[in-house]
This record gives sequence, C-alpha cells and structure tokens, in this order.
Amino acid sequence: MSQKRQKKRKRSYYKRWGYIYTLPFFVGFFVFFFIPLVSTILYSFYEYYTIGLVEVGPNFVGLDNFISLLQTELPKYSLNTLILWLGGFLPQLAVALLLASWFTDARLMICGEKFFRMILYMPGMIMASAWAMMFFTLFSNAGPVNSLLMDSGTVSEPVSFMSSVAGTRVLICFMFFIMNLGNSVILLSATIMGLDRDIYESARIDGCSHRRAFFKVVVPSLRPVISYIIITSMVSGIQMFDLPQIFTDGQGSPNRTSMTLIMYLNRHLLGNNYGLAGALSVYLFLVSGILCFFIYRILNQREE
Amino acid sequence: MRKKLLSLLFMGMMTMALCTGCGGEKKTASDLPKADTSKEGKVINICVYQDTMKNFVNNYYPEVESVSKDGEDTFLKDGTKIHWIVNASEVFQTKLDEMLKKQDTAEPDERIDIIDLEGDYMKKYLDSGVCVPLSDIGITEEDMAGQYPNTKEAITVDGKVCGASVEVAPGLFAYRRSIAKDVLGTDDPDKVQEMLSDWDKFDEAAKKAKEKGYYMLSGFADAYRVFSNNMSKPWVSDNQTVEVDPSIMKWIKMTKEYTDAGYNHKSTNVFTEDWMKDQAADAKVFGFFYSTWGINFTLVGNAGEEGFGDWAVCKGPQPFYWGASWLVVAKNTDNPEHIKDLLLALTCNKDIMKKISQDVNTFVNNSEAMTEIANDPKSGSDFLGGQNHVALFNEVAPTINFQNICAYDQGCTLDMIYSFGDYFLGNISLDEAKTAFETAIKERYPNIKEIKWPE
Repeated sequence: MSQKRQKKRKRSYYKRWGYIYTLPFFVGFFVFFFIPLVSTILYSFYEYYTIGLVEVGPNFVGLDNFISLLQTELPKYSLNTLILWLGGFLPQLAVALLLASWFTDARLMICGEKFFRMILYMPGMIMASAWAMMFFTLFSNAGPVNSLLMDSGTVSEPVSFMSSVAGTRVLICFMFFIMNLGNSVILLSATIMGLDRDIYESARIDGCSHRRAFFKVVVPSLRPVISYIIITSMVSGIQMFDLPQIFTDGQGSPNRTSMTLIMYLNRHLLGNNYGLAGALSVYLFLVSGILCFFIYRILNQREE
Repeated sequence: MRKKLLSLLFMGMMTMALCTGCGGEKKTASDLPKADTSKEGKVINICVYQDTMKNFVNNYYPEVESVSKDGEDTFLKDGTKIHWIVNASEVFQTKLDEMLKKQDTAEPDERIDIIDLEGDYMKKYLDSGVCVPLSDIGITEEDMAGQYPNTKEAITVDGKVCGASVEVAPGLFAYRRSIAKDVLGTDDPDKVQEMLSDWDKFDEAAKKAKEKGYYMLSGFADAYRVFSNNMSKPWVSDNQTVEVDPSIMKWIKMTKEYTDAGYNHKSTNVFTEDWMKDQAADAKVFGFFYSTWGINFTLVGNAGEEGFGDWAVCKGPQPFYWGASWLVVAKNTDNPEHIKDLLLALTCNKDIMKKISQDVNTFVNNSEAMTEIANDPKSGSDFLGGQNHVALFNEVAPTINFQNICAYDQGCTLDMIYSFGDYFLGNISLDEAKTAFETAIKERYPNIKEIKWPE
C-alpha cells in the first residue's frame, strides 16, 4: 500500500518538472507580451498623453479615440502599407519561384549554384535600417546614382527620386524585395529538391514542356511552403516600419504617400499619446487577427 | 476554481495597470523647485547632448584633478566625481524625461544635477518646473553681470534666472568670396553686407546669382532660422493654439519663389547629404546662414581645404541665432555648492571664458571677454580670408531676440520644414501643405486643438 502511494507521488513529482521547464516561456510571455497587450487595449479607452513633462490623464473617454482615428487619413496609410508590401512581395515570390526552378533544374547544369544562393541570401543579413540609409545616400540628389546618370549623359538635371511618389515607393519596394528574396529562394529550392522527382520526370517524358510541368506539377506541391512565405511576408508587411521610416526620415514623404500604419503609430508616440496609439494598435490587432483567421481557414481547406 | 483564479488575476492586473498611470504628479511653472542645500553629495551627474561641455569642464575648470580613462567620469580635487551622461540629440529628451521621472525618489548621488538644454526645447523643461533658480544656489545678478543680457532674459521665470549659457550662437551669412566677386563685383564683407542688408536686396542678389549660373541658397530650410527667430510672438501661448507668425509666412513665400525661380538648389533640409555637398569648393551655392559653431566647425569641415580662404561673413538681412544652449540646475540636486562653483567658473569667470574662446574658437557668453577679442588686431580667421568675424558676432550677439522661445519650438520647426517641403517642390498646393502641418502638429502635441494662420 505504502509502496503504491510512493510510486504515485513519484510520478506526480516528475509531472511537475514539465511545468517548471515551460515556466520561463510563460513568465516571459506574461511579462513582455500579455501585460503590454492588456494595458494597450485598456489605454485605448483613455485620454492619456504628456504636455512637456506633465502627464494628462488617464481619463476615461470611451470610444473617442477609436472614433477620432476614423476621421484621420487611416485608410490612406493602410493603402500605402498594402501597396508597399505587395510591390515588394509579388516580384519577390515570382523571382524566387523562377530562381528556385533554375537552381533545381538538373538539365540547366548551373555551376556554383550554392555560391549564387549565398549571394542572394546575403542582402537579408543586412539590417533594414542600413539598407534604408544606403539607398537614401545612393539616390539623393547629389548621390552616386545621379552622378552616374549625369556623367553618362542620360539626364541633364539630377533626378529627384525621393520627391516623387513612384520613385519613393519603387525604391522601398525594391529594398523589401531584395532583402527577402534570398530566404524565399532557399526555402523554395529546398522544398523542390525534397519533392518526388518521378512525377515531374514522367510528365517530361510524356512530352510536357518544362514550364507546364513546373506550374502543373511542381508549384501545386509547393503550396504549403508558398502559404508559409505569404503569411510570414504579410506579417512583416503589416509591420513595415524601419525601411520607409529611415528612408523618408519618418515623414512618409512625399505628402505621406509612403507612410505605413506603424509609422503613423509612431507619430502618436512623439507626444506620448498612449490613448490614441493604443486605439490604433487595437485596430491593427483586429485586422491582423481577421487576416490570420482567413489564411488559417484557407490552409486547412487545402490540407483536407 | 481555476477560472475564478484567472479572472481574479486579470482584474488585479488591470487595476495595477490603471494605478501606474495615475501616479503622475502635476506641476505648474509658477512654483519653482528648490535645491536641497542640507549636505553635499559625492557625485555630480551632468546630462549633455554632446561632448563640448565635457571638454570645457575637463580642460578649463580649475578644480578638475583627473579624468577617468573611458571619459565618463571627471574627478575633482576634493574627491567629488562628475559623472557625464551623454546622449545624442535624437534620444536626449527621451532619456532625460525618463531620468527626471525618478528625480524625486532616486538616491541623492543618482539624481541629475546639471542639464545642458538646447534653445529648441529649453522651455519645455523650464515650464515643467525642472530647473532651480540660480539665486537659490547662491549665484547673484552681480556674478552674472558679464553675460549678454538677452541670454539671461531668455531663461528667466518669475523674475528669476534659471540657467546660464557658456556659449552664445549668434548667426551670420557666410558666403563664397569667389562667387560674390562674380555676382556682386566685390567680396568685401562691408560692401556685400550693404547689398544684402534686407530681404528685397537679398532677392535681387539671388536673381543676379541665378543669371550667372549660381544658387543663392542651398535649399528650403536655409533661411528658416532667420525668419523663425524674428517672429512677433511665440508659436504657442495658451497650450491649445498654434499661431503661425507672419514671419514664417514670409519664409514660405520666399522659399517657394526661390524654388520655382531656381534660386536655390532644392536641398530639403539642413544637414542632409545634398546640403553639405553644396558647401564644397566645387558647389555653386552663394552662401549659408550659419551661427558660430557652424562657421567655425561645420562649414570648415564641409568646405574642405580647397575652400579655405574662399569664405567671408556678413550680418545678412536680419539677426538670428542657431543652437544656443543653457546649463540648468535640476530640482532636488544634492550638490548645490559644487554646482555654484562650476557655473561661476564656466559662465561668469571672464578669464576662463576668454581662454575657452581663444583656444577652441568659440563665442562665449561674456561680453567683456568677447569685446576684448574682437578689438584685438590679431583676431581673424584664416578660413575667412583673414576677416575678423568675432567683431561681427559680437555686434549680433546682443541683438538676438530670445523673447519668443516656447516649449513647442522644436516640433513646430521640424513639422513646418517637413510639411512644406512637398509644397516647395510643387507636389501639393499651399492649402494642402497647411493641412499637412496641422495634422502633423496635432499628432505631435495632442493638446493642440487649433492652428491659426495669418491673413
């Protein structure tokens, strides 16, 4: 009897270790994620900012922050974010698929394919802020790109890239594209190499063209990886901040056409406006939640 | 049971989060803070946004015994340590604000004792009741008699001076001698000044410069300080309304005209890559509005060796300053005696200040010392082709208008220059630019409800 009880106690003793080992994560999650999340949601219902060093509030104002945000140019900033993300992401996915198909095609016999893959991956290792600063210098009115264009006789006056909407957006999209390309190429080519080549080979033997075989046989098998790439890219797209922030000196210039949602959030932190910034964060949280829900459903459907 | 516990936890946390927000103490400017004069601490903490002040103290304060290897601490002869808290301009206020929140509760040796405040945000701290009047630590009006009176008026609250400047930053118009000869037919500073003495004449010179293939100014923000220092009222007087001054409207009008007519080189702001390159020897820009540090250090660096001797300075259309800073004593300081001695040495002692000015080529806040240097026939700058620029600075220094400094200067300046950049370039209309400024300023200062534009 006593032996049995001892055994039982021992088992429950081991069971406890599981909780203890996972405790650091839960403590970290609670302190650094849960508490800020709850307080952000809470503050979104309050008037709470500072004038100089003097704090105003928190005074409960109900939904005032949410309503006043709707009267701002929030749709414009959402559209900016979408444009900047898609402008970088769509070419990224297309080029990554192309390169992955080249790298894995045995018939092309590309030499030094590992080398190229490494080169492609390298831009992603540089900080976004460093990219933004480099491009800012490269494309400034007196920068090297303009000197090159003028010396070669292409233009007579320096091109003011950053004062045009298209110029700024294209450059930001290009940075986003080049930074994330390598990662997608590696993911896609690794998956393609892991695929069963037999189906592809037999399709080819049956007279199917390379392109057709790629789109009809390889791409459908890549769906889970492509979904993964879409989700991770969308998450970083919604959070796009450092590239346009540094590239436009926090202004989203010209005339806020490259101001993303998080940059707009950052504007409210200039005045420590926790109330309004909190409300904006809640909106973002909801939008991200809805998007995640849809993508999760689409993913699950495909698996079925 | 578990659910109950969880909900209890939730509620506790929410109340806690609520309470943290309620702790803010509200202060008005009228009740000035007091210094703790009971006993002296062992550490003097000084917050600065660049190394200049640290170098002044280390090199010229007679009580300094040694400096630690990492440069973070300076030891005085009586064993007291000065701890330097250096934060770059971009993060200076954020970090300072955090530290000041703990000022009332921190250990005496952890408290901030002196802060170096730039003119653009000095009023923010004055209005928040952070700065102790200098009379409280025993510095009298007589002690400060040598300082330029306007530098004292700028930092006076309720009749009490709350800070002191080591340097003054009067501004001048620095121009290229070679271009002036080509455009105006002379490079003599007096004659050039005559041709640039008001804005109409300045515009005329700009037209001539354009005809000869030069730009009068580099870009949009070049003349901003000259106009913003000559406003008739502060940006904000009631904590609710931004009143845009007619002087600012003049800057907008002039910059638009200059950009459309090609009188400027379209650099979008000061200290941008394009702006600095416009100061090089191969650039085509006539001149720059610059203050003391700008001419003695920034311009010299940007102009390079080839530009040496090709520059000169004149007063330009209106007096202005750029980048003045004040040393203030933080409330609850535990080192009033030491601070008094330090401030007396650096801001009131003519001999020490004169030595600083001569050694590092700066303009110190002591009219007697600066007049002596200005009248010294040996004074002159090789960079400016031998011109005695100190004499000119000395004429401008007492005429600077600090009256309209307010706590909103920095934000208004930044948002004004950024918001109107697109208008100058022709991307948006004047009304759109005004709306952009209104949006930006309301985001930055949530308490601002209205923006008034002059007719």
